Amino acid sequence: MNLLLSTYAVGLILALLALGVLISFRILAFRDLTVEGSITLGGAVCAAMLFAGWNPILATGAAILAGAAAGTVTGILATRFQINGLLAGILVMTALYSVNLRVMGRSNLPLMNQRTIVTTVRNFTSPENKWHIGNWDVPAQEVYVLGMVSVLIIVVACAMYAFFRTNLGLAMRATGDNENMIRALGVEVGWMLTLGLAISNGLIGLAGALLVQYQGYADVQIGLGMVVWGLASVIIGESLVGSRQMGMLIIGSIMGSVVFRLLVAIALRWGLNPNDLKLVTAVFVFAALVAPSAGEIVRKRLGKAIAQ
Amino acid sequence: MLDIENIKKTFHAGTPNEVRALQGVDLRIEKGSFVIVIGTNGSGKSTLLNAVAGSFFVDTGKLRLKGQDITRWPEHRRAKYIGRVFQNPFTGTAPSLTIAENLALAAKRGRMRGLGWALSAARRDEMYERVRAMGLGLENRLGNAIGSLSGGQRQSLTLLMAGLIKPDLLLLDEHTAALDPKSADQVIRLTEEVIHRDNLTTLMVTHSMHQAAYLGDRLIMMVRGKVIHDIRGADKQRLTPEDLLDRFDEVRRAELLDESAAEMLERQYV
Repeated sequence: MNLLLSTYAVGLILALLALGVLISFRILAFRDLTVEGSITLGGAVCAAMLFAGWNPILATGAAILAGAAAGTVTGILATRFQINGLLAGILVMTALYSVNLRVMGRSNLPLMNQRTIVTTVRNFTSPENKWHIGNWDVPAQEVYVLGMVSVLIIVVACAMYAFFRTNLGLAMRATGDNENMIRALGVEVGWMLTLGLAISNGLIGLAGALLVQYQGYADVQIGLGMVVWGLASVIIGESLVGSRQMGMLIIGSIMGSVVFRLLVAIALRWGLNPNDLKLVTAVFVFAALVAPSAGEIVRKRLGKAIAQ
Repeated sequence: MLDIENIKKTFHAGTPNEVRALQGVDLRIEKGSFVIVIGTNGSGKSTLLNAVAGSFFVDTGKLRLKGQDITRWPEHRRAKYIGRVFQNPFTGTAPSLTIAENLALAAKRGRMRGLGWALSAARRDEMYERVRAMGLGLENRLGNAIGSLSGGQRQSLTLLMAGLIKPDLLLLDEHTAALDPKSADQVIRLTEEVIHRDNLTTLMVTHSMHQAAYLGDRLIMMVRGKVIHDIRGADKQRLTPEDLLDRFDEVRRAELLDESAAEMLERQYV
C-alpha cells in the first residue's frame, strides 16, 4: 500500500511536468526540450536554498521562477534569434547541466535534516499514526503528503483552465493553432511563445522542486528522460479522455501521468531490471502513439468484415 | 487615408530566383472607397496587399495610414487599424478553437489582451446576434470547433471577424478564390453588406472579371509590379468584364511584342 501511495504521489508531482509539456507541445506546438534541464534546475535551486536554510515555500517559489527563466531563454533564442525551436531547447538543456552543477555545487545533494514542504506536512501527524484503508494500515504521514500534492494539483489545474479562458490565454492557444491568423489579429507571436514557454517551464520547475522534496535529495540526473515522461502522460491522457477540449486535456494529462507512473511501478514490481526502465518507457510511449490509429484500422477492418 | 508612395519590393535579390514583385507603386486610397485590384499571375497584387498588411517590409518607399508612417511597423502593430481576410479559408481561423472563441479573439484585434474572461455572457450574446444576422444558421453552433465548418462558412466567419471591430482598412486577398461558386456568391454578398453597412475603406484583390467589373468604386490593374490602369468614377461604373478582358489582351499583346523585340535584339547581337 505504501508503494501505491508513493506511486500516486510521484505520479501527481510529475503531472505538473505533464501540464508543462501540454502547454509547450500541444498548445504552443513547440517541441521544447528545455524540460530535461528545467526540471533539474527547479530541483537544484530548491535543494540548494533549503540547504542554505531558506523557507521551503520561498525555495519552491524560486524553483518556479528559475524554471520560468529557463523557458524564457529558450523562447528568446527561438523568436528573437530565429534559432530552430528544437535546437534552442537543446542548447538551453545542455547549458543547464552546467548551471545545475553550479547551483548544487556537486552532482547530488541529499536533504537529510532540512525542513521541506513534505517534512512539514508529514509533521502534522505522528509517524506512528496509521489509517486503516481496507485491509491495510497506511502511514497517516503519507496520506497527508498525498493529500497536499492532490490539492496543489487541483489548484494548478483550475488556475490553468481559468487562464486559458482569458483573453491572454485564448491568444496563447490560438498562437499554437494558427500563427498567421493571430498575428493578423494584433498578437506578437514571439512574445506569446516566450510567455507560454516561461509558464510551461515554471510548472516543470515546480515539479522538480516538489520531486526533490518528496525524494529527499536532488540529483543532476533527475531530468533524464523527462521529455518522454511528459509526452507519454499527455498522449496517454488524450487516449483516456478522448477529447481535445482544454479542460479534458488538463484532466487527461494528470490522469496520464498517474497511469504512466502506475505502469512503470507495475513493471518494476514484476521484476523489470531498472536498467531497462528507459527502454520500457520508450515502448510505452510508442504503444500510446500508435494505439489510437491501430485501433481505428482494426475497427474499420472489423466493420468491413461484418458488412461482408 | 492610405498613402502608398513609390513602394518597391524584390524577393531573393541578387539570386537567379530574383523576383521584382513591386516596382514603384504609388496609390492614394480615400476614406470609404472600395478599391478592386486585379492583375495577371505574378503581377504583384497580393504582394501589394501583404506589404500594406505588414507581412514583410518594403525595400523602399513609404506607407502612411491615417497620416501615420506605418512603413516600419510590424504586422501585429498594424492590425489595430487593419482587418484582413486571407485567400485560404484555413488561414483566417484557428481550427481547434470554437466559433465563439475565434470571434472572441477578433473582438480584441489590436488591443491589449489581459486576464479578463474571453467569453463573458454579454459577449456571447453579442456574438450570437452577429452570427445570426449573417444568416448562415451557425448561431446555435458557437461551441463547435471552427475546423469542422466548410470553407465557405469559415470564410464568412473570417469576414465577420475582420469587421467585428470596425477596421480603418479592410484587406481582402482573393477571399473567394478557394470556394465553390455558391459559397463564393454567398461570401461576396456578405462582403458587400459589411462594407456598405460600416462604410469600410477596402482594398480587394480578385481574379474574377465579374467581381472586378461590378464591385467597388475604383479599379486598379497591375502588371509586373506596376499599376497600369486606375479606373474610377463613371468609368468604373460603365466597366464590363469584356472591357477588362480587352485590356488584359492589350497587355498580353504588348508583352508579346516586348518578347519579340527582345528576341530580335538577341539574334542581332548574340
